[in-house]
Amino acid sequence: MELLIQQLVSGVATGGIYACMALSIVMIYQAIHHLNFAQGEMAMFSTFIAWQLLQWGLPYWIVIPLTVAISFSGGIAIERIVIGPLGEAAVLSHAVVFIGLYAVINSLASFIWDFTTRPFPSPFGAGSQFGNLISNQQIGMIAVTLLVLALLYAFFRYTRVGLAMRAAAENPTSARLAGIRVGLMAALGWGMAAAVGSIAGVLIAPIVFLEPNMMLSILLYGFAGAVLGGLSNPAGAVAGGFAVGVIENLAGTYVPVIGSELKLPIALLLIVIVLVFRPTGLFGRTIVQRV
Amino acid sequence: MTIETSIAEQPPTTTTQRAAVAQLQRRPNARQLAIAVVCLGSTIAAPFLVSNFLIFQMTMVLVYTIAILGLNILTGINGQLSLGHGAFYAAGAYTAAILMDRWGIGYFWTLPAAALVCFVVGFLFGLPALRLEGVYLALATFALAVVTPQLFKLSPFENWTAGVTGITLAKPDAPFGLPLDQDQWLYLFTLAMTIAAYVCAHNLIARRGGRALMAIRDNPIAAQSMGVNTALYKSLAFGISALYTGVAGALGAIVLQFVAPDSFTFSLSIALLVGLVVGGVGWLPGALFGGAFVLFVPNLAESVSKGLSGAVYGLVLITLMYVMPSGVGGLLRATRAFASKRYD
Repeated sequence: MELLIQQLVSGVATGGIYACMALSIVMIYQAIHHLNFAQGEMAMFSTFIAWQLLQWGLPYWIVIPLTVAISFSGGIAIERIVIGPLGEAAVLSHAVVFIGLYAVINSLASFIWDFTTRPFPSPFGAGSQFGNLISNQQIGMIAVTLLVLALLYAFFRYTRVGLAMRAAAENPTSARLAGIRVGLMAALGWGMAAAVGSIAGVLIAPIVFLEPNMMLSILLYGFAGAVLGGLSNPAGAVAGGFAVGVIENLAGTYVPVIGSELKLPIALLLIVIVLVFRPTGLFGRTIVQRV
Repeated sequence: MTIETSIAEQPPTTTTQRAAVAQLQRRPNARQLAIAVVCLGSTIAAPFLVSNFLIFQMTMVLVYTIAILGLNILTGINGQLSLGHGAFYAAGAYTAAILMDRWGIGYFWTLPAAALVCFVVGFLFGLPALRLEGVYLALATFALAVVTPQLFKLSPFENWTAGVTGITLAKPDAPFGLPLDQDQWLYLFTLAMTIAAYVCAHNLIARRGGRALMAIRDNPIAAQSMGVNTALYKSLAFGISALYTGVAGALGAIVLQFVAPDSFTFSLSIALLVGLVVGGVGWLPGALFGGAFVLFVPNLAESVSKGLSGAVYGLVLITLMYVMPSGVGGLLRATRAFASKRYD
């Protein structure tokens, strides 16, 4: 029983990482209706910027807002320069551009900061709670994820801009007719996704350490979480992220053949099984199609 | 009116569809035949003129061409997105390697075996995939791509797969005492397979089944109401697509003389997808361009700048998508349209 609780808690703790990532994936999905393969790399790059700023001796409470602001403008810049001009190109062309972006950002980061694995100081201090069951960093991470989720929920539900962004993503033509600047909304969506990604990166980095490939597996789990929870639902994505963390930990502990190598495959397999029964994710809306 | 003609008679709406239908319904004229003969002649003559390493590279281009043809049948013709074709490639490669290594079966006979195994695997995977669409299907196929290399590492299978170490194979000699060295023979063998694969794919999509696949891509509900058995056709598309990619994997194993789980990571699936899009989604000859891109561009990027090779590769990809968002196929169509507007 104690083992189970321990594994559950540590599952929730790692799930927090995935939830963070899943949240930023869903954010961008809401704004542009594409899955962005470069999302993780964008977050990694933001985290490197934060690290560089800390390295230059700036205090944490300046670094975080500054990083978020830089990432926000970076996201907008990427949309304006790279994605916007693509326009109505096919889904697969978008996917390839995302793969291209992934390669560019990853390569730039390893060129500027090389492949050394670096520790990243935790903004929440080093201690832990409940008899070493969960570290302050992990509690802080989960709390911030939930806070960001609440803010995003309010933003998309109650503000004019948030509603306009949803409308632009849902039905660009009607949104444009209603006077919404669809292009601008997409750019804002990218900016926000980059900003949320940078927060995720800074929260995750103290746990997984900082290096150019740190986000690869986290992005995969994040995708899995987002799709499991349903891409149309930010809260679902966060729940999905936590679920993936817990599933992964429990499978690793209780299913005998599974070593650490097989954790990801098992998690993915379970998710595919879930998807077969709930094709739009656990909390996703079924979209009724008109013929 | 039969169902078959009613689908063919639907006015094609998009440029891609129009071009595809036009391409399928036209008989080759004299000029196209001449071009085909010249191309074929030069590809057959090529291995006698260039270095062995280049022959090897050209062989791998053909292998990727077959794999991308398979992906094109699923994604381009039937409209189901797959991020997991590396898995079928791996399945084909391992089928060939295990048959040759453990049971001493001739390399030629591993190809039909790989085809059969991958068709069955693909068809079975296609059944649950029926319920998934778009990004959800992308995730499921992606899971397949991640799971497969891990499966080959599992200890219960080590008797056959040799685990992480992988299997080393012998290079086949040219048969019947032909005066060819091994690389030349493998190239010509792969070339023959590629041509056969292409002709089969072309004939497949030019006929009733192919039209049904395209109808499902363009409007599944309308296709169903026309009497197309969407579930069957979509699973069949998965099976046939996996068959192609599996044969490519088997050929790839024979050409490289080595299989190991880590050769078939997720990046192989991504490379195949990139090749598909660069060549042109839904345009079969594009597979050749895609294959060449998959093999040569990463090396080229490396030669431009060692440290920033990833950035160069990414920029090439992004630029390509600006210049020709629908791949080489789209570019050719646009050029032809432009030329005919200009000079007719």
